[in-house]
Amino acid sequence: MTVPPSPSATPLTPRKRAILIGASSGIGAALARKLAKEGYTLALLARREELLRTLCDEINADAGEPLARYYVHDVTHFDEVPELLRKIIADLGGLDLFIYNTGISIRVSFKEFNFEKDRKMIETNLLGAMAWLNPVGEMFQNMRGGQIVGISSVAGERGRVGTPAYNASKAALTCFLESYRNRLTRRGVHVLTVKPGFVQTDMLKGAKKTFWVVSPEVAANDIWKAIRKRKQEIYTPARWRWVMLIIRNIPSVIFRRLTF
Amino acid sequence: MPASIFSRFTALENFGHSLRAPSYLLAPKSEEDIAEALDLARRMNLRIALRGAGRSYNDAALNGGGILLDMSGMNRILEWNPETGIVRAEPGVSLRQLWQHVLPDGWWPPVVSGTMFTTLGGCLGMNVHGKNNYQEGTFGEHVLSFTALLPNGERVVCTPTQESDLFHAMISGMGMLGIFVEVTLQLKRVSSGMVEVHAWNVPDLDAHLCAIDGGARQYDYIVGWLDSTARGRALGRGQIHAATYLPAEKVPNANETLQTAYQTLPSRFFGIVPKSLLQYAMRPFLNNWGVTAVNTAKYLLGRTQTYPQSHAAFHFLLDYIPDWERAYGREGLIQHQSFLPLDTASDAWKEMLSITHRRGLVSYLGVVKRHRPDSFLLTHAVDGFSLALDFKVTRGNRADLAAMLADFDEIVLDAGGRFYFAKNSETSPETARRFLGEETLEKFRALKERCDPQNLLQSDLYRRVFLG
Repeated sequence: MTVPPSPSATPLTPRKRAILIGASSGIGAALARKLAKEGYTLALLARREELLRTLCDEINADAGEPLARYYVHDVTHFDEVPELLRKIIADLGGLDLFIYNTGISIRVSFKEFNFEKDRKMIETNLLGAMAWLNPVGEMFQNMRGGQIVGISSVAGERGRVGTPAYNASKAALTCFLESYRNRLTRRGVHVLTVKPGFVQTDMLKGAKKTFWVVSPEVAANDIWKAIRKRKQEIYTPARWRWVMLIIRNIPSVIFRRLTF
Repeated sequence: MPASIFSRFTALENFGHSLRAPSYLLAPKSEEDIAEALDLARRMNLRIALRGAGRSYNDAALNGGGILLDMSGMNRILEWNPETGIVRAEPGVSLRQLWQHVLPDGWWPPVVSGTMFTTLGGCLGMNVHGKNNYQEGTFGEHVLSFTALLPNGERVVCTPTQESDLFHAMISGMGMLGIFVEVTLQLKRVSSGMVEVHAWNVPDLDAHLCAIDGGARQYDYIVGWLDSTARGRALGRGQIHAATYLPAEKVPNANETLQTAYQTLPSRFFGIVPKSLLQYAMRPFLNNWGVTAVNTAKYLLGRTQTYPQSHAAFHFLLDYIPDWERAYGREGLIQHQSFLPLDTASDAWKEMLSITHRRGLVSYLGVVKRHRPDSFLLTHAVDGFSLALDFKVTRGNRADLAAMLADFDEIVLDAGGRFYFAKNSETSPETARRFLGEETLEKFRALKERCDPQNLLQSDLYRRVFLG
């Protein structure tokens, strides 16, 4: 694959650079398009090369310059991260924004107990994020700047009957991001936690009992606004904040009897 | 070497604070450290660039996402001979360190930049010039020899006659061929620490260039301040400052003036205001109205006069105001400097200055100098003049400024002009090809291939102009 170099930054054409992990579809792809429109130079990562290539071609054709480039990467290959990160930052010429959007939810039936499924979710949703956020956090701390965005979920706020490991992975990610925020704000780094409700993505296919479903573009717009305003935590759509306030406060004695 | 290279990730800026690029910053103290850094770059598959004082207006000392060697720590003066005026020093030595070391013995660097904070390595890499370029040439013309480490593992000693091609290419080579580790310079004898300055006004651009050209035959130094806010018949008006070395017999306390203490710039203004606050006092004036008012007052108050001044005060005027460039605000500043032959300069610059007024993008500082050609490979010099124009960058003016500078480059190229790689930040690869010529570029590429076959040395400037 020969990709033209990312366009040079000059004082009169400054460039912001972003890494987006989990960019091939859904919220990630919508965010990539949005960031390109805002002038970002992009490194897009995911496992599915075909989707990444199509997305990059589309973005670069729209922009009229090679803003986006892609790297095929499985976030559970933790050891690849440092070298890949160095390569990407050299290709981009710097880094201003890092977004971890990768997440999987594997269906577990009501009476099923399956460690392998749990492990996959934890590795992808949480350990993958940690593998990336450690070097990125260290870099941003030392350059005294940069923005980190983690796509967590409203699912991380309560342990529900149907998805123990998914809930646990998102709860841990939310907490991990909060720790990073507390560590890094004093070093000029902004950390944003995003908690989407139901977004029309692959993950939602076949899901029952969904409501207030929004398109990935709506979620991406909300996230972009939060990046620009340097918000700490957002729900998308925003009304989930109030729903989750209630759900968080449902006493266990009732929550144990619910089946959602 | 660091445990994790990510812990060296540092945000760096150009001198004008108009560009930001993070790099892994390493600070070598010795040749071994440099060799180790080159190894690290190879192992990590990263590019490496050099930074001295970071005084380039553009991206010459930036390497976004790569390794940057901060050379300012290799700053020992290795040998100084007050009889011959020959000094051997490491590349991180600043001009300030150098003149403070040699002036008490009656010597002065024959060529200095407008700031004393530049390092010898930077002065060689960019082949800097001073207000006496027409007489003393560039910095490189006073280099007797240098030693450099090349990325191919060679350690070379170059003089004007030994490894002559490399000598003339590494000086002016923007640090892209090798890394200076030692420089030997011939300094200039002075018998006092003073120059006699002559100042006078010139009413328009033709008078301005005429005065500079005429003065160059007569004075040791000459520079023109150009009031870039003046328009119409006053277009290009300004003030000339010319200077000649004062011999000891014309200075009552000649010996005292050679001492560093005498030369040192005062740390307070009017005896009370700390200099570090001055940049804040400048801020309210750095807009079209403010600059017009200040420039007009400066021009109208300008008198024909002659006065003695110390070397440091004459050469390093802008060092009086620490961080003056910060007064340009958050988005910083850029400079466009063009070098034009004697006979085309006037028309080209009249057109350029008129464009700045038409577009409402007035330059806040204009400086005119007289130059002569030199024999270095990537030379910017011509037998003619240079005009440096500073522009404030704002959130709203970037696209307009970019379009205007592109027009400037066309005008300069059509007039047979050249550009300087330490200054202009928007030079396109095509512009560089046109003023340098294919033959020069081919020579440079061949030397790059010899010295740095893996293309390890790359700055943002190099990638933008030479690989773009």
